[in-house]
Amino acid sequence: MKKISKTTRSNLITYAMVVAAFVIMQILSVTGHVSNSLAGQLVPICVYICMAVSLNLTVGILGELSLGHAGFMSVGAFTGVVVAMSIQNAAGPVRLVLAIVIGGIMAGIAGVIVGVPVLRLRGDYLAIVTLAFGEIIKNLLNNIYVGVDSHGLHFSMKDTASLNLDNGTILINGPMGAPGIEKLSTFVAGFILVLIVLTVTLNLIRSRSGRAIMAIRDNRIAAESVGINITKYKLMAFVTSAVLAGMSGALYAMNYSSILPKKFDFNTSILVLVFVVLGGMGNIRGSIIAATVLTILPEALRALNDYRMLIYAVVLILVMLVTNNPILKNGWTLVKEKLAFWRKKTPEPAAEGGGVHEQ
Amino acid sequence: MNLLLNLINGISLGSVYAIIALGYTMVYGIAKMLNFAHGDVIMVGAYICFCAMSYLNLPPLVGVVLAMIVCTALGMIIERLAYKPLREATSLAVLITAIGVSYFLQNTALLIWKSDPKVFTSVVDGWPGLKLFGGEMTISPVTIVTVLANIVIMVGLTLFTSRTKKGKAMRAVSEDKGAAQLMGINVNSTISLTFAIGSGLAAIAGVLLCSAYPTLMPTTGSMPGIKAFTAAVLGGIGSIPGAMLGGVLLGVIEIFGKAYISTQLSDAIVFAVLIIVLLIKPTGLLGKKISEKV
Repeated sequence: MKKISKTTRSNLITYAMVVAAFVIMQILSVTGHVSNSLAGQLVPICVYICMAVSLNLTVGILGELSLGHAGFMSVGAFTGVVVAMSIQNAAGPVRLVLAIVIGGIMAGIAGVIVGVPVLRLRGDYLAIVTLAFGEIIKNLLNNIYVGVDSHGLHFSMKDTASLNLDNGTILINGPMGAPGIEKLSTFVAGFILVLIVLTVTLNLIRSRSGRAIMAIRDNRIAAESVGINITKYKLMAFVTSAVLAGMSGALYAMNYSSILPKKFDFNTSILVLVFVVLGGMGNIRGSIIAATVLTILPEALRALNDYRMLIYAVVLILVMLVTNNPILKNGWTLVKEKLAFWRKKTPEPAAEGGGVHEQ
Repeated sequence: MNLLLNLINGISLGSVYAIIALGYTMVYGIAKMLNFAHGDVIMVGAYICFCAMSYLNLPPLVGVVLAMIVCTALGMIIERLAYKPLREATSLAVLITAIGVSYFLQNTALLIWKSDPKVFTSVVDGWPGLKLFGGEMTISPVTIVTVLANIVIMVGLTLFTSRTKKGKAMRAVSEDKGAAQLMGINVNSTISLTFAIGSGLAAIAGVLLCSAYPTLMPTTGSMPGIKAFTAAVLGGIGSIPGAMLGGVLLGVIEIFGKAYISTQLSDAIVFAVLIIVLLIKPTGLLGKKISEKV
């Protein structure tokens, strides 16, 4: 048997984990073991996994802090709603797929518009500008009115009356958001989207471009001096991340009967960033686990109602304090070294453990 | 006439942003961290002052002093418990912790004071306004007090950082932590002092903000916090005069945007200005140029 490389195996584990989780959830729901609240959480979990993985591409792989990721999500969400609701005569899944694809494209365009100026800046300045762009996108969406009638789509930046609708329906109603969405998203669709996002991200990371992106992260000046086109690769990672966020946004919107632009504010961007940081920067599998656990956690704590966000906050602070504690960190490294030492001494059990050693 | 009134209102709002921005900029300058919990310290300050005035019937000035004391203590406790253990950690870890602290403060406030908005009585309630042009234009007492407070704080802080030993130590630590330590400066106590001053100022900002816009909720601090953070970056984060300039500019732009362009899009205008300024001057208006070393 050909030996598979460490990265391939790691990626396969990630895929296997997602598929296994999906199969288990499907079996549980068929046998009726899934509570209503958990069933309602399935699509959001998929969406947040996609969001976390896509943000990890910007924050972990490209190494630029983005505080406006929810902005791209909202572009995808509202584009998706307009697309899905204006093609009434197609089958549900077709409309959903079109909504996700066009939502992703629009978010990608927004990504280019935002990325070209933003990526010239560095560090905290870049972070604040992404925050600013997120707020601008939210503010603009608060002032967009879209309606559809037999003549086609109508846009306005003023109010619903200036849409001049001829017996049509209002799709986006400014700050009231999108009022009448048909629930097209399903857990299966969410699962497929997670797989797509994973495939795109993992393959990008492993490609020549991905290595260039990580080289920029590790040392921009050294990367530039060996001839890597900084702007091109930065933009590539940023726009890919925006497209994936837009796609998950479309899936998210189609899971509810109505959706407000307010939903995609700074707090949502931060929420996703928390997934990425807790899951480990640049660690895709970590993002998936963190997104899943942290989406379920506030729901699981619902019994504690008023105290649950407080507990969430305390957990967040404690996790950061513990994972960054130098004593614990050194202790862990010590344990690892000890383990490696024992493995070297007794090679047989190590080989059984999956062939960790590579020559 | 309207133009003048809008300008004055803008400067007043901007003064509040400037006072908040000072907290952000000082902490950033010295600890190199984005303290996202700063906006919520404002909210706590406003609540303390509200309780002192409404429940304990204390005079406004006592309420303000009480708010400052509580916030100063709060700032130092937060720094000691949440940020100090992370001094050597990555900036992202500190950022997430700051966000955790922000959630913590908001939700604690939610438990104590509930989510229904409180109507904040202005601390200068009943004071006469300034009548200009034979009564054609009235400037509210809040506006005058806010602008005056801003000027006093600005002058005070400038004197503090340039003349006193503690202030000089602060500048030294923000310049180079290691070298400052070698010169015998107690870095930890200096950072603690910075948080104390920033949080004390946040209390003043909270009281002034709620005197001008009297609705008080657990989330009151977040948007002004983000705006003030933007102001600090606009002026050049880490620079005290920059925070002042950025804050006032931001306030004026916001009020003018609301008055002459679009009420709904005023936030978008504010942030768009920030982006344009950063594209022309990548480190803000008064920020230091970053030199690159290979």
